[in-house]
Order: sequence, then C-alpha cells, then structure tokens
Amino acid sequence: MDILIASTKIAVVLAAMLTSVVFLVLVERRMSAFIQNRIGPNRVGPYGLLQSVADVVKLLMKEDIVPAKANKPLHDLAPIISIAVAMTTFAVIPFGNAIELFGTTIKLQIADVNIGILYILAITSLGVYGLTLAGWSSNNKYSLLGGLRSSAQMISYELSMGLAIIGVILMAGTLRLDVIVEKQTEYLLGWLPAWNIFLQPVAFITFFIAAFAETNRLPFDLPEAEPELVGGFHTEYTGLKFGLFFLAEYMNMITASAIVVTLFLGGWHLPYADMLGLSGFALSILQVLTFCGKIVLVLLFFIAIRWTLPRFRYDQLMSLGWKVMLPLTLANALVTALILLAF
Amino acid sequence: MDQPKALPTNYVTQPDKIATSKGKTVRTEEMIINMGPQHPSTHGVLRLEIIVDGEIIVDAIPHIGYLHRCFEKHAEHMTNYQQVIPYADRMDYVASMNNDWAFALAIERMMKIEVPERVEYIRVIMAELQRIASHLVALGTYGIDAGAFTPFLYCFRDREEILDLFEMTCGARLLYNYIWVGGVSHDLPQGFIEQAKEFCTYFKPKIKEFNDLLTYNEIFIKRTAHVGVLPRDVAINYACSGPMLRGSGVHWDLRRDDPYSVYHKFEWEVQTGKGEVGTVGDCWDRHIVRVREMEQSVKIIEQALASIPEGNVQSAIPKRIRPEPGDIYVRTETPRGELGFYVISDGSGSFYRVKARGPAFVNLSVLPEISRGAMIADLTLIVGSVDIVLGEVDR
Repeated sequence: MDILIASTKIAVVLAAMLTSVVFLVLVERRMSAFIQNRIGPNRVGPYGLLQSVADVVKLLMKEDIVPAKANKPLHDLAPIISIAVAMTTFAVIPFGNAIELFGTTIKLQIADVNIGILYILAITSLGVYGLTLAGWSSNNKYSLLGGLRSSAQMISYELSMGLAIIGVILMAGTLRLDVIVEKQTEYLLGWLPAWNIFLQPVAFITFFIAAFAETNRLPFDLPEAEPELVGGFHTEYTGLKFGLFFLAEYMNMITASAIVVTLFLGGWHLPYADMLGLSGFALSILQVLTFCGKIVLVLLFFIAIRWTLPRFRYDQLMSLGWKVMLPLTLANALVTALILLAF
Repeated sequence: MDQPKALPTNYVTQPDKIATSKGKTVRTEEMIINMGPQHPSTHGVLRLEIIVDGEIIVDAIPHIGYLHRCFEKHAEHMTNYQQVIPYADRMDYVASMNNDWAFALAIERMMKIEVPERVEYIRVIMAELQRIASHLVALGTYGIDAGAFTPFLYCFRDREEILDLFEMTCGARLLYNYIWVGGVSHDLPQGFIEQAKEFCTYFKPKIKEFNDLLTYNEIFIKRTAHVGVLPRDVAINYACSGPMLRGSGVHWDLRRDDPYSVYHKFEWEVQTGKGEVGTVGDCWDRHIVRVREMEQSVKIIEQALASIPEGNVQSAIPKRIRPEPGDIYVRTETPRGELGFYVISDGSGSFYRVKARGPAFVNLSVLPEISRGAMIADLTLIVGSVDIVLGEVDR
C-alpha cells in the first residue's frame, strides 16, 4: 500500500513538473514579449499554448552531434546528471498538508526525510557536475570557460545559500521541511502570518539572490552568457541532449521557487484559510493550490528580473558572493542565534 | 610620443608578476580563442583572435575583410559619378544618409556646385535623424552585449519611427539613395514636417526611459566604468573620431570644427566624456556620449524643422558630371566619426581614384590597445563601444 501511495505521488509530481516546465517556457516567452513590446509565440495551438510541444518535437528530430574529439561518455552523461538532479530535488518538498483519502492520511510530500534541508543542499550541489562535465567534455574552449565559471559560481553561492538557511533552521529548531512549514502557520501579534520572510528578511534576500546564481539565471547566467561564450557549457549540444539541459534549467527554477516558498513564504499556508470553515479535504486542496500559486508568483519574479537587468561580470559575481553575501549571511546567523539565546 | 601608460583598469592582473613564496613567477598556459566571424557579439563578421590567460585577455587581434566588396575599385569603374551613390549607401548600412551626403559633398566641392538652401536643411534633418537611428542601434546592441535584452527592442521601436519618416520620403527603409549630387532626389512629402515634429516630442522622454533602464543601471555602470579606457593621447594617435574620440574627452566634431552645410545656424553642443562614473574614456563615457548626441540631434532637427525655407531641391547641374582634373578630400561627421572621401579626377566622366576613409575601420584599429588586460566579458563590451559596422570596415 505504502509503495502504491509513494509511486502515485512520484508519478503525479513528476507529471506536474514536466507539464509546468512546458508552460513555464511559454509563459516566459510570452511575458518577455509583453515586456519588450512584442507579441510572442501565438501561432501553435490556441494562444500559442502548444508552442513548447512543437519545440520539443523539433528537438527530438534534430541530429545528435558529438564533437570529434569530445569525451563521448562524459558528453552523454552530463545532461543526464543535470536533469536527474533537477528532478530529484523536489522529493522532499511538502506541497500540502496531510490529506485524508479513503480512510488513510497521506502526507503531501514524496519523501518525509528528517534531514530535508541537508538533502536539498546535497543534491543541488551535485548539479554543478552536470555543467562542469558538459563544459570539459565538449572539447571546446567556450564550453570549457562556461564550465569553469559554473563550478566557481555554484560553489561560492552554495555557501551563502547554506548559511542563509541556518537562520531559518535556528528559528524552527529542525531540519524537517514539513515542520518548518508548520511553524510558519502561526501568527505574529495575532494577525501577521509568521512566515520567515518577516522573521528572517536578510536570510530571505540573500537566499533569493543565491537562488538566482544557483539556477544560472540573469543577472548571474555567466556559464552560458551568450554574448561572451556563445552558448557556454552547452555550445556543443544539440537535439535532445540540449533539450535536457534546457529542461533542467527550468525545472531548477521551479524547484528553487518551491524551496523559497517552503522556507520563507509559508509553504502551503494560506493565512486565515482555517476560518473559512471548509471541510478537511477542501482545505487540503486549497492549500495545494496556494502552494502552486506562490510558486507561480516567485517564477514570474524570476522571469521579470531576467528581462530587465544586465549581466554581472565573472569577478564581480565572485566578489559579491564572497565579500558581501557570505559575511551578511554569517552575521545573520550569528544575530539570530544570539537573539534566540537571549529569549 | 612616449609609450601609452598601462591602462588604469581596476582589476588588471599581470600574470608574469605574481610572485610565489620562492620568488619565482607563476605563469599559466595561454589559450588562443577564435572569436567570430560567427559569434553573437562581434557585430557582424569581425573575427577576433584573442589570446587569453584564464579569462584575462593578453592580446586581441582583429581580422577583417570578410565583407570586402571592392567599393573603391568598383566606384572607379562606374561610367558616371551619380551611379556610385547607391554603392556608398551600402558602406555603412546603418547610416546610409550620412554616407550619401559625404559622397555627394565631395563631388559638389569638386564641381563647385552651390546647393539650394532648402536642400541643406533637408540634408541636415535627414542626417540627424539618421544619426539618432544609428545611435539607437549602437546603444541597443550594447545593451545585449551587457546582457540586457530589453533595451534593444525599445531602441528598435523608436528607430522604427525614424525609418517610417525615411520611407515616406524616399520609399526605402535602409538604403536610401536619397541625397544626390546637387540636391536630393525628391522634395519632402506632404505631412513630413508635422510627423517629424511629432517624432521629436515623442522621442525626448524615451531617452530618459532608456537611461533609467540601462545607462544608470547599477550593474551596467559596474560593467562599463573603468573598462576599455582609451586615454586622450592614444585616441588622438590612433586617429579615432566620433564618439570614440569625444568619449575620451576631446572636443572635436567636424560639424563644428570643419563646418559644412548649415550646422552653424543651429544651437547645439559637442558632447564629451567626463568620466562621471569612472575614468575619462571608458566604455560608459562612450555610451553616454552617444546618448547625449541623440538629445543634441533632436535639438538640431527641431530647429531645422522650424526654419526650413521653401525652394528647389535640385540645383542645376550638368547632365554629365565632369570635374576639372585635380583632387580633393572632403570629410563629414557620421554617427561613427570622420567619414572622408579623397577623390582624384582626370577630367573624365568617372573617378580616376577614390579613397574612402571610414571611421569604423580606423576606430577598430585601437581595439587591441584598449582590450589588453580586460576580461573576455569586457571584450564584448569594448567591441560594442567602438560601434563598428563591418560593411564600412571592410567596404
């Protein structure tokens, strides 16, 4: 029974992720078009809804080119690492409160791990292997530079990401993500939801910036920086393998948004929803929808930033990471700890 | 002159001077990267051979000629001087009007043709509109080089308005063949003056919008200040011109300093870089000079539109142009700098020899000088700030 439930959850979440990536790409293209005074793709299907499907079909039919002197096994492996990491991170994120179904209580979380946050940090730091290996194995100088940049960038931002989370962990006193969310369902002063964005604003901002760097989005998309490195690490990838990198990037965006929502924006918590007097089942559904809605808002912010800002330079990015974000997150952790100790 | 001093960039590293504990020097292996001719940010078919140490550029060697079309030889083989104008159009295809004007002016000076007052005004209006259009392309693509895609499309939206004006005047949107020897091909169409005035009112706030979006963006300033510094003396030694030269703080504009046409009748100022956010002559200075030149161009256009006289648009010229034997060098200020034509006539109906002095070609020659010690990411910004058009570099 447990296996059945677990596999159902995996199937549902995976299907939801893949579908939402398809639409996220379209949303990004339409939104960038809106920002830039254009129309955007609107030919394939109603309102261009099938554009991404057409793109995927196109990618599937492309020839798979491997450069002559590339390291073929690693060249093949790199996109697989990227996509695997992007898919597995979501496993520990609670996307709703427990739900009552056919007499059993089901936790809306694929794996209820007691070290949830550590799992996320561990898995996301594996993602760098995908990009670095892709850059190295392509035997292309632009790819190599992209791969080098990505390893340096992701490692330095991992640190501030982890340290930003420490503030949250200290507040919650646990590494379990579901407990962290439950803690945020309380109210401060009787009316303000106790979301970590209000309790840990510094951690929120630094974590959000680090999330941009982790997902390689503008203004931190140095590993692929088109005007400089052509395509960066994926210069030599075509067809489905390029598609996997593309998919991984958008999946990482969704996962990063989900982590931001879980840690700082109250997860599935909809303030005052318990006053609506809904039945348990309806409330659970509402909470799942809330969680999705919050993710969408964060994603839209990701997109809006990408189409507004210029890109940092490599050394500026590193100095921002090491000289600004790291001390800031350290100080935040220290202050949080001192305050908790005092009260 | 002394060797130019080392560039005052804030992050220049000299790999051969990094000392180890033993006092020896560490040197990482250099890598040669071939950038272009197919590369997203070389603005055409420029090929750069760059030698890098990690991400730091040791040397950058431009290779040109991928778009060479024998302009000069071709012009000498034409049977008629007028026939060369469409060809001059295609040199700097982002600023065709200015090319036509420079070419027509050279022939007119040789033939000592006086053009009617109205023609001078029309030419000034067209040239300045073209200057704005050309700067919009330069600034927009510069945004892309820096990673900001959106300003590019905003620039093209505004450029579209100018192209509409050109289209209603002569039917063409890129290569106009409008300014002819002795005048222009058509008079201004009905409604042009009103629409041009409307454009000026529309465009002024857009410059501010562009500045808010890109020019004064914190990241953009970080990327361009202190980068690709072109000192005043180096700029002069390399014969740079246009915004490249003015960005380095040199007050030099042919519209004012070697006057032609009716520019002296209008109120406007030469803009120079002052190092507001970084060093004088850095990439940001060249950028802001272009932005401010657009403002000045709007000013000139408004004044010209207000005072344009009536009259003919073509002066009486002989059907077959045969200048007296002799030579002449005529230069004008295009959006990219000094475009000059050196013309030798042997008294026949076509050139004995014509030499075009293109601003982009000359400005490009300073690229290795200002990109040493920069990073790869800076190189795209430095190339962008030179604002080359390969059609004119290669000719």
